Amino acid sequence: MKKTLILSTALVGFAAAAQADVTVMSWGGSYGAAQTEGHLKPFTAATGIPTMMVDSENPATPIKAMVEAGNVTVDVASLEYADAIRLCDEGVLETIDVASLPAGADGTPAAEDFLPGAVTDCGVSTDIWATVFAYDTTKFPEGPTTAADFFDLEKFPGKRGLRKGAKAVLEFALMADGVAPADVYATLGTPEGIDRAFAKLDTIKSEVVWWEAGAQAPQILADGEVVMTTAYNGRIFSAQIAEGKPFQIVWDGQIYENEMYVIPKGAPNKDQALEFIKYATSTEGLRQQAQWISYGPARKSALIEPLIFNDGKTEMATHLPTHPDNMKNSLESNWEFWVDRDAELNERFNAWLAAG
Amino acid sequence: MAELLTTADGRPLAEALAQAQSKARRRAFLLVVPLLLFVLLSFVLPIGQMLHRSIYHDGFSANAPAIAAWFDANPAGTEPDEAAFAALAEDFKAMQANRTAGEAGTRVNYVLPETRSLFTKTARNADELVPPYRDAFLTVDARWGEADVWGAMRGAASPYTTDFYMAATDYERGPDGNLVRVDENRQIYVYLFIKTFLLSGLITLICLLIGFPVAHLLATLPMAKANLLMILVLLPFWTSLLVRTTSWMALLQGEGVVNDLLVWFGALSEDGRLRMINNQTGTIIVMTHILLPFMILPLYSVMRVIPPSYARAARSLGATSWTTFRRIYLPQTLPGIGAGSLLVFILAVGYYITPALVGGADGQLFSNMIAFHMENSNWSMAAALSAMLLVGVLILYWLYDRLVGIDRLKLG
Repeated sequence: MKKTLILSTALVGFAAAAQADVTVMSWGGSYGAAQTEGHLKPFTAATGIPTMMVDSENPATPIKAMVEAGNVTVDVASLEYADAIRLCDEGVLETIDVASLPAGADGTPAAEDFLPGAVTDCGVSTDIWATVFAYDTTKFPEGPTTAADFFDLEKFPGKRGLRKGAKAVLEFALMADGVAPADVYATLGTPEGIDRAFAKLDTIKSEVVWWEAGAQAPQILADGEVVMTTAYNGRIFSAQIAEGKPFQIVWDGQIYENEMYVIPKGAPNKDQALEFIKYATSTEGLRQQAQWISYGPARKSALIEPLIFNDGKTEMATHLPTHPDNMKNSLESNWEFWVDRDAELNERFNAWLAAG
Repeated sequence: MAELLTTADGRPLAEALAQAQSKARRRAFLLVVPLLLFVLLSFVLPIGQMLHRSIYHDGFSANAPAIAAWFDANPAGTEPDEAAFAALAEDFKAMQANRTAGEAGTRVNYVLPETRSLFTKTARNADELVPPYRDAFLTVDARWGEADVWGAMRGAASPYTTDFYMAATDYERGPDGNLVRVDENRQIYVYLFIKTFLLSGLITLICLLIGFPVAHLLATLPMAKANLLMILVLLPFWTSLLVRTTSWMALLQGEGVVNDLLVWFGALSEDGRLRMINNQTGTIIVMTHILLPFMILPLYSVMRVIPPSYARAARSLGATSWTTFRRIYLPQTLPGIGAGSLLVFILAVGYYITPALVGGADGQLFSNMIAFHMENSNWSMAAALSAMLLVGVLILYWLYDRLVGIDRLKLG
């Protein structure tokens, strides 16, 4: 009898512990690793609440499916900005009150400490990341320096990697064609502007290798499959600094946006999830993640002290999308444009791709 | 009239027999009930739901009941009056309270781009929607006065719709409500549908040409050697699909093994490396390899039981080896060819992961579009495309039955 009691108590204890796990769903690769090292591990160490990381090619897809099916197994998800807003509008996410977030390390209230747009109804920014392009310095010692160079097959012959999808690709093509960042979305809103973007893409279409998952971009560049590729800047940084690959990022024409932590509606451990987000998006939490990957914190208070990479010597500032030198010709991704036009433009994009 | 046969206790024989048999039939039926339930729950029900979803979407109608009622009461072509705007205002206030404007807007946005933001924007300003409602709406956004917005809402006001099939066949509703083809540069589904069937046919043909001799060898070699060969056929079959696909990537890519070897032997120049992956060629090569066992195995099982004496008899009667093959051997393998081809073809038509990984831009198949819409949470569109694929396969199956006969199918 006593034995059974101990056993069942142990089981109950185990079940309770398993239930209190905060499950975080993110993008895997060096980015998922940075969140694990910068947020999950320190959070568990500080609070004793176990955490678990699961990977997805794009967490927005399974989150929506889980909520619709009424079987949510994820407590926190890391989403692209447009997805965080779209799913929030569709009632798939829990709302997060900005007043409940911790103040900055210097005492500034959260609402003022976060950069504009970094906190939305349902999401809190974990970093600012960018789509940039990078090249192999062994192929081009005097490498390309502008977005236009990416489309210049005469000056820089060789295959190019591009993300398979309309988003960020069409904007990039327009900027390379000489459209000022401020006019990109206005141009893309007209049929002529869309034609112009596809015409620019036509000039390199035969030389493009399309990638889908974020980890593929540095991979095809390292394999020599392409001589330059668009990529998420943190992935290139990791390959450059941590693995010593001869890559160089070109910041001209970068497209940046906030990455958001959200809580799906019906998350099994909603309260702990909120605790996790508060911790991860605090000044210290944001700085910890930035020590593992070159995505910039979206809090002013996190940017005061210089950030150092976990190798103890690399200064992060110049590697972040938000560094003034990197923002000279840059574009903030317009979520509203993509929420509205995603289906239509991707249809056109798919048709353009399939036409061979 | 013949006397009715009866049993010993005087009952008609036919009746007694039927009763005895019905008991056995009931028992047999009880045995298959678990299977029936399983098929019903795991196959018929989900497919039925999928088909239902392709014609049903209540994102707008469920969240905007008042304006849906107004649409019901007023025939198409009615100018939206103050009552319509009042109903819409009522709906928007409810949508703002329940956070469902995005859901409703998404449904309308499928038909008319840029309406989703119109919905979320209006919901955010729901407090400003006061009488006179028409002016209040126009102040929030001038597009509320446009006829196509109202046309799109009318279409979405009923949960049952053909909009998704319309889009899945490259049609859209024109300004006056009738069907028109979408812009040429956005037409994709019909083209991909046909291309998928043609490519699947090509892959089936290549599988048949490669698989036939292998199966013949398997069936005629001595047991020990045949077993070894069989393992070579089955080993890749047992290996994970992803592993096989990625090894093909390593083999075929620009800096891959095959190109390196060809350059090394001098067959290719350094700049002339072949593009064998991330395009249609890659899809064909890798899918052929992956589907080959599905062709070889049914062929083998048929060939194994063909008595060699028939061919010998034909030769001894003076037939050339070609005639013997064409008139004696080949006809006997037809059930295997039919089964193998049908298996390979149907699998190829629905293939998704391989083209996604090695297909690049022009090697994408129809299922990749289904996956694309699943990822973008447009399940109704994905369901409509799936239904098209299902119908295509069923038609082929029916054709096969008419031409070859399904009873001649031999799967092993």
